[in-house]
Amino acid sequence: MELSNIEKLLEKYFEARTSVAEEEMLREYFTKEEAPEHLKEYAPMFQYFSVAKEEKFTGQVPLRPSKKRYIKWISIAAVSILIFGIYFGRSYQERKEAEYAYQETKKALSLLAANLGKGTEKVAYLKEFEETKQKIYNNN
Amino acid sequence: MQQTEFLNVVLPFKDKLYRLAKRLLVSKEEAEDATQEILMKLWSKNNKMEGYNNVEAYAMMMTKNFCLDRLKSKQAGNLKLVHSNYKDENVSLHKQVEVIDSLGWIERIMEELPAQQKMVLQLRDVEEYEFEEIAKLLDMSATAVRVTLSRARKTVREKLVKKHNYGIK
Repeated sequence: MELSNIEKLLEKYFEARTSVAEEEMLREYFTKEEAPEHLKEYAPMFQYFSVAKEEKFTGQVPLRPSKKRYIKWISIAAVSILIFGIYFGRSYQERKEAEYAYQETKKALSLLAANLGKGTEKVAYLKEFEETKQKIYNNN
Repeated sequence: MQQTEFLNVVLPFKDKLYRLAKRLLVSKEEAEDATQEILMKLWSKNNKMEGYNNVEAYAMMMTKNFCLDRLKSKQAGNLKLVHSNYKDENVSLHKQVEVIDSLGWIERIMEELPAQQKMVLQLRDVEEYEFEEIAKLLDMSATAVRVTLSRARKTVREKLVKKHNYGIK
């Protein structure tokens, strides 16, 4: 390529007004041809860019199949079941306890009722006694 | 998406991710870690990935953000100090060319640039992105990209000339 052309491109290059294609031309020129003395200092720049583009990622990417996500969901499910279990287990136990308490109270109450019944029976005697007493009084 | 399918999608640009990460983080090991991290993140999202019309741009954006975060964090700050006076002995890179020293210079000159200029220079002169793509990626206007790029190129030239003359005299 003509030298004047390269000089013009270089000028545009440093003003960032070159297109990608023009920059490619510059890179090509400086990697393939021997630049004249006054342009030599630019050569390493363009050579470097070409070389830098060749650098490759050599690391490994340990891609695990999406199994990992299953484990996450399974653990979420397990935890929620556990929490529900504890919650419902507790309420079930509470219900049983309440039932037991109810039965006990019922027993106690029926005992009370039975005793009260006996009491009222006795009071009934008393009442009869009172009535008879009144009758006797009235007769006199 | 299957593993092989994913690798096929990622294959064309994984080196670009790595090179951008290396430009920003300087150290080879850190750049490799970052690239690995990004690819694994992409893989973990791979069901949603088909929704992105440009996976490469998305991955580049992730890499940029990841590396800038790394640079910001104190830990990376310490590492950076260690690495800025450490000469990268990338044999394969250097052996290819006769002018070993001057290429090493450029690399070191680029290390000294601010992150924004580094990225613009990397994306344009190494990866050959268009201004619009760079603008979108870096969240700048196309004009700002142009100004930054011009500034970066001029700085590299200036420092190169300085070093060049120093070498001769």
